[in-house]
Amino acid sequence: MSREGGFFSNLDWLTVFLYFILVTLGWFNIYASIYDPVQDLSILDFSINSGKQLLWIGSSAVLIIVILLLDFRIYESIAPLLYGVFIVLLIAVVIVGKEINGAKAWFQFGAFRLQPSELTKFATALLLARYVSTNSVKLTQFKSQMTAFLIMLFPVGLIMLQPDLGSALIFFSFMIPIFREGLPPIYLIAGLSLVIVGTLTIILPIQTIAIILGSVGVVWVLLTLKSIKNILLTLLIVGASIGFASGFHYAFENVLPKYQRDRILVIFYPDIVDPQGAGYNLNQSKIAIGSGGFAGKGFLDGTQTKFDFVPEQSTDFIFSTLAEEHGWLGSTFIIALFIGLMMRIVFIAERQKSQFARVYGYSIAGIIFFHFTINIAMTIGLFPVVGIPLPFFSYGGSSLWSFTIMLFVLLKIDMHRAQVLMRG
Amino acid sequence: MLENRRYIIQIFFIFIGLVFLVRLFALQVADDTYSTKAERNILQRIVEYPFRGLIYDRNNELIVYNEPMYDLMVVPRDIHIADTTEFCRLFDITRDEFDERIKTTKRYSRVKPSIFLKKISHEKYAQIQDQLYKFNGFYVNPRTVRRYSQPVLANELGYIGEISPSQLAKDTSGYQGGDYIGITGLEEYYEPELRGVRGVSYKMVNVRGIDKGSYKNGAIDTVSVAGKNLISTIDLNLQAYAETLLAGKRGSIVAIEPSTGEVMVMASAPSYDPNLLTGKYLGDNFEKIRSDTTSPLFNRPIMATYPPGSIFKTVQALIALDVGVTTTEEQVKVDLTKIGDHAPAGNYDVVKGLRYSSNNYFREIMRRLVTRGESSNYFIDSRLGLEKWTAAVEKFGFGNRLGIDVHGEVTGKVPDVDYYDGIYGENRWAYSNIQSLSIGQGELLVTPLQVANLAAIIANRGYYIKPHLIRAVEENDEVVPFKHEKIYPGNGTEYYPEIIEGMAQAVKQTAPRAIINDIEIIGKTGTAENGVKDESLDHSVFMAFAPRDNPQIAIAVYVENSGMGGRAAGMTASLIIEKFLRGYIKKNWWNREAYVLKGDFIDKEVN
Repeated sequence: MSREGGFFSNLDWLTVFLYFILVTLGWFNIYASIYDPVQDLSILDFSINSGKQLLWIGSSAVLIIVILLLDFRIYESIAPLLYGVFIVLLIAVVIVGKEINGAKAWFQFGAFRLQPSELTKFATALLLARYVSTNSVKLTQFKSQMTAFLIMLFPVGLIMLQPDLGSALIFFSFMIPIFREGLPPIYLIAGLSLVIVGTLTIILPIQTIAIILGSVGVVWVLLTLKSIKNILLTLLIVGASIGFASGFHYAFENVLPKYQRDRILVIFYPDIVDPQGAGYNLNQSKIAIGSGGFAGKGFLDGTQTKFDFVPEQSTDFIFSTLAEEHGWLGSTFIIALFIGLMMRIVFIAERQKSQFARVYGYSIAGIIFFHFTINIAMTIGLFPVVGIPLPFFSYGGSSLWSFTIMLFVLLKIDMHRAQVLMRG
Repeated sequence: MLENRRYIIQIFFIFIGLVFLVRLFALQVADDTYSTKAERNILQRIVEYPFRGLIYDRNNELIVYNEPMYDLMVVPRDIHIADTTEFCRLFDITRDEFDERIKTTKRYSRVKPSIFLKKISHEKYAQIQDQLYKFNGFYVNPRTVRRYSQPVLANELGYIGEISPSQLAKDTSGYQGGDYIGITGLEEYYEPELRGVRGVSYKMVNVRGIDKGSYKNGAIDTVSVAGKNLISTIDLNLQAYAETLLAGKRGSIVAIEPSTGEVMVMASAPSYDPNLLTGKYLGDNFEKIRSDTTSPLFNRPIMATYPPGSIFKTVQALIALDVGVTTTEEQVKVDLTKIGDHAPAGNYDVVKGLRYSSNNYFREIMRRLVTRGESSNYFIDSRLGLEKWTAAVEKFGFGNRLGIDVHGEVTGKVPDVDYYDGIYGENRWAYSNIQSLSIGQGELLVTPLQVANLAAIIANRGYYIKPHLIRAVEENDEVVPFKHEKIYPGNGTEYYPEIIEGMAQAVKQTAPRAIINDIEIIGKTGTAENGVKDESLDHSVFMAFAPRDNPQIAIAVYVENSGMGGRAAGMTASLIIEKFLRGYIKKNWWNREAYVLKGDFIDKEVN
């Protein structure tokens, strides 16, 4: 039974408003990123990215209408099927897909391109939500944890076959909903520790790592129980960590291709590593961003942007256009909008009665958060360059469609939250 | 309690947002190096090379002008070439050369432009300019090189080239690497006037180095200022004529306008086409010219020294008359016992002495100058006399640089007291040791310029103006002439008519082939002995001016290894005089021009 007050009265208009602002500002920003003062084309010109983005925006509007009209229950029921379809597509794209920039991530149908990994996030969010909301599943139990990880990581493995490191990384964002639903924190702590140790092996020699880990172990034992069991356990963990560090170090030096290694190293040694390649890209991005100053150089007046100094200006490095032309103030405003959107999504997720909807909601917040964080961190030199778009801002149809779908499915489900029986 | 995890997650989101804001603040607001780097990215500093000053001849004909030339510049960071083979083909370089050059420019700087290929001609530029868009990182910088309207005057004009590192180190006036600077000749001497002022324009460029407009609307650009033009004293057509007469021979021709000291002709042979030392092939051509055994770079009129020979007798006469050891009327009894002589014995006065070029007459004249009876000791007397003689000779412009406005002039040599002291020991020499000086041999060395200057002194009846090649500088469309002073070598001038008469007769006597029917040439032959027994290898020398009254041209001609002065040098001089005064060579029963051009001066039978 729908409430009286009209079809749209339950739609979370704040989120729709935030979506609309971000998409519109993103559209203007894409125009600025490809703007050439000599040619001075209109923002509506379809030969350039801003015109094309308008097509994607228009078609997204169609998608929104479709989503809002479809029955909200359909998503939960087709989750496994959808997930299966995209797993198949992920396998297929490695075989018959078109290779772009060293990765086979796209299907090409004439002029039309489709990137399966984008919508796989949607399918995974749905399946994960359905699984976790199953009564028998408790994320405090090992079996449930492993199954959840499997759902999350299976696509990662397939995507790494392409290989597309960036898209694969996004799937780790599902740790957020899993954590919300009860995953013991130890997983997160362990995960974070591994990341820290791995990062340290890049910049410190292995002997230093071993000494640090050993010292941490000693301090731990001193601070906690001094029982044999504790000491042995600590020894085991320290030993395993050193083993992990060595393995990681080996893989970093010998398995990872040089260009990817450089991309990581350039974060730590920006002036030395690969000045013509990775170093150059990052440096140009920082220059563009840094020269924006407090209030920016003005719309369409960003010299680094106008004169094409930042590579991938309208896609991966779209943020640098924004930062150059609108300065710190502009950057703050957009970051605030994104944080606001994410907070709102969490708020929406929390007010769901169905666990499925809540898990799904947190998944969406997590996905957007990871994209947001990694993309901006990339442009300011806090994260290695991996091709991750900034939601609503980076030029691209697949990206815009998938975020639109993910967001509005949530809004649709949210519209009908009163109709659902409490499930916990 | 799981609901509380919501706050952990939300706080985490906000935390990341704040990290970004802080980091962005550091990048954008706190640190302004990025602003500077951004500027540097887009800024391209383009040097506008100034238009070098032109040089005109005395009749306002262009001698040297500028032709456009292009340097291919490259910014290594921006290089992106799709087809290197095409690039190499277009620019006529091999793949190896290409790689080598790229390496060199990268070593210099990845982001600063450096020269990839120098001096691309105007024609070549027309061919390639449409293709340049294919090659990211390359652009063309227009320059100019010198071009010469006639392939003459190379030695005096000199050439320009890039400033060398050692010059740069010493320079304080603001030259930069890659600037052109005059290296020899007038280009070098008048470099400050000719070079102009560099201009700089700042352009905004995109990542490919493509010009995107003026930086700050040209607010900090400076305009280049063209160099000043020079008006030369040279008569270009006469110069060209003189060089054709010298073709295939070694020697010099210097012609001066006596009343002004303006050098109308200054020819050195062998020489080279000045157009060879400009443009792209300067380096190769320079090597060829430099290693040519005939030394075309050697500027003979001011660098070659010869014993003056009989020409010097005029100086002896002038000094003797000025000092008063003889008079214009005095008859001196001359026998042939002292030194070898072509002239007969008899009574000689100055006129006759010059006419027959009597060695013994002049031997006696100089004896009087050097031994004036100031000491009873022959050695000391000679010494005292020589001192005065040396000083007097030097006032005629010998033994020192005349100070012409190109560098490289040598002083020649007028032996003095110290010189002979060094050879013989102090006071152990006397006039008899040095008497060959009287006929212009011995240790005397003069340059052709000094000889021409001497002709001018006589033409002017007693003064000269420092010979010079540039008479004026053009400044802001205004011709500003240089000022000069008259220099008087002697105390009096009343005896000049006799000298001139003697020389007029000498032409008829010893250089009959030089005579022109309706133009009176006042001259003196000389044969500068080469020091070798074979007389055919002596240098032929002729000094003259014309016409007798109100002379317009004073000339000295040296033709090496061509025997007696009357022929080679004399005929060459007379042709030039006729060309200058009449404008053309009047047809004669005898084609004197062809004779001189052919250059076969030595009679087969030795007389």
